[in-house]
Amino acid sequence: MPAGAMIEIVDLWKAFGSLQVLKGVSLRVERGSVIAIIGPSGSGKSTLLRCINLLEDPDRGHIRVGDREMRFGEGIRAKRGDRELAAFRAATGMVFQHFNLFPHMTALGNVMAGPTIVRRMARREAEDIARALLAKVGLADKAGAYPSHLSGGQRQRVAIARALAMNPTVMLLDEVTSALDPELVGEVLGVIEQLAKEGMTMVIVTHEVAFAHEVADLVAFMSDGVIVESGPPSQLLEQPENPRTRGFLARFHRFMGSFSGPT
Amino acid sequence: MTGTGYAWEFSFLWAYRGLILSGLAVTIAYTIGTILLGLIVGLVTGLLRLSRNPMITAPLVVYVEIFRCTPLLVQIVWFYYALPVVLGIDIPAHVAATLVLSLYTGAFYAEIIRGGVNSIERGQWDAARAIGMRRRQVMRHVILPQAVKRMIPPFMNQSIIQLKNTSLVSTIAVADLLYQGTIITAATYRPLEVYTMVAVIYFLVLFPLTLAAQQVERRLARAD
Repeated sequence: MPAGAMIEIVDLWKAFGSLQVLKGVSLRVERGSVIAIIGPSGSGKSTLLRCINLLEDPDRGHIRVGDREMRFGEGIRAKRGDRELAAFRAATGMVFQHFNLFPHMTALGNVMAGPTIVRRMARREAEDIARALLAKVGLADKAGAYPSHLSGGQRQRVAIARALAMNPTVMLLDEVTSALDPELVGEVLGVIEQLAKEGMTMVIVTHEVAFAHEVADLVAFMSDGVIVESGPPSQLLEQPENPRTRGFLARFHRFMGSFSGPT
Repeated sequence: MTGTGYAWEFSFLWAYRGLILSGLAVTIAYTIGTILLGLIVGLVTGLLRLSRNPMITAPLVVYVEIFRCTPLLVQIVWFYYALPVVLGIDIPAHVAATLVLSLYTGAFYAEIIRGGVNSIERGQWDAARAIGMRRRQVMRHVILPQAVKRMIPPFMNQSIIQLKNTSLVSTIAVADLLYQGTIITAATYRPLEVYTMVAVIYFLVLFPLTLAAQQVERRLARAD
C-alpha cells in the first residue's frame, strides 16, 4: 500500500443517463486526515461520496480505500458480486443527510445491526460495542428509544454510531447537518470534531463552510463534476484562486463576515 | 303484503338449512384455501418481480396482468371449458375453481407485496448497504419488516373480496352457497327469498370481518 493515502481516487467518471455528473475526479485523502468537499448543489459532491463506497457504480476510473481496490471502465464490465461490494462497503462508514435510521429498530438495535447481521457477532458482544458507541455520541440514555421518538440531532448521532459500529477505516459524511434545525447542528458537528481529533479519516460533504474551515485538513471545491481547486482551509476558503471558487464563497463571506467556527 | 302485492315468505327456507350450511361451508373452504394458495403464488411472484432480470420478470408481468385485466367469471369459464381442450385433459370443476381463484387473488397479492417493498424509501437500502449488508440481508432485516406492515391493510381488503369472488364458481356447478341457492330456487320457485337470504348470509360473514380489518388498520397506523 502506498504510504499515507487512505483513499485514492483516480479519474472517476459517472453519468446518470445522459447527465454526466462526475467528469474525471481525482482525490487523495491521507490517513487520519479530514477532507471537506464544498460546492454548489448539483456539482456532484454527493455522487462522488456515494461512488467511494460503491452505492453508485462508477463508469470509469479507479478507487482505492485502505487495501481494497476497484477499477471501473470498458473491459471491466464484469459485474461485481454482491458479496464483494458488501465487504467493500462494510469497511467504509457512511452517514446520510436524512439519517436513514431503521424505524423498526431502537437506537441500540440500529447500532447493533451491522455487527450482528453483517459480522455475525454474538448479540451480547455487539450490545456492549453499541452501548459504548451510543455513550460516545452522548446518547447512552436513548438506547431503547425508537427513531421516531428522537430529535433530528439525536437521530444523526445514532446514525454516526451505527456507522462506527462496523469499525470503518474511513467515514463518509454526506451533508449530515443539512436536514437539521439550526439549534441541533452543533451537537452533530461536535461528534464529528471528536472523531477528527481521534484520527478518523473522513470525507465530509458540507455546506457548513465555517465548520470545514475548523475541522478539515484539506478543502476541495467541486463544481460541475470536477474538483476545481483544493488546498488547506486557510488558503482555499480565504484566498481562493479560481474565480468559480471565489464566486461560490462570496455568498458565505457576505453572510458571515468572518470564520468564527460552529456555534 | 307489500305495495306490489308480492307475499314474502321465508319460512320454507328452514327446510333447506342443511343445503344452505353445506353451501356456506364450501364457500368458506374455497375462500380460505384459495387465500392460502394465492398467498404462496403472490409471495413468490411478488418477490421475483423485484428481480432486475427481465427473463424472470417478463413472464410474471404477463401472468399478473392477464389475471388482473380479465373478468374472473371469464377466467373460470375458460379454465373449465377451454383449457381442457387446449391441454387434452379433463379438469374437474373443483380443480378449475381452485386454480383460477388462487391464481386470480395471487396476482393481486403479488402486486400488494411488490408495492409494499417498493414503498420503502431508497434511503433504507442505502443505509443498510452502507453498513455492508448483502441484498438478501437488506430484504430480510430492513425492508420486509417495514413493508409487511404496509401490506397488511390491502391484503385484508383483497382477502375479504375473495369471499365474494368464490360465488362465481357456482357457474361451473361447484356446490357453494350461491349454487345451493339456485338449487333451492329451482325446487321452490321462490328466487326473491332465496337470493335475499344468500345476500344476508354473505353480509353477516363479511361485515364483522371488515370491522375487524378496520380495527387492525387503525392499530397499525397508531404504531407508526
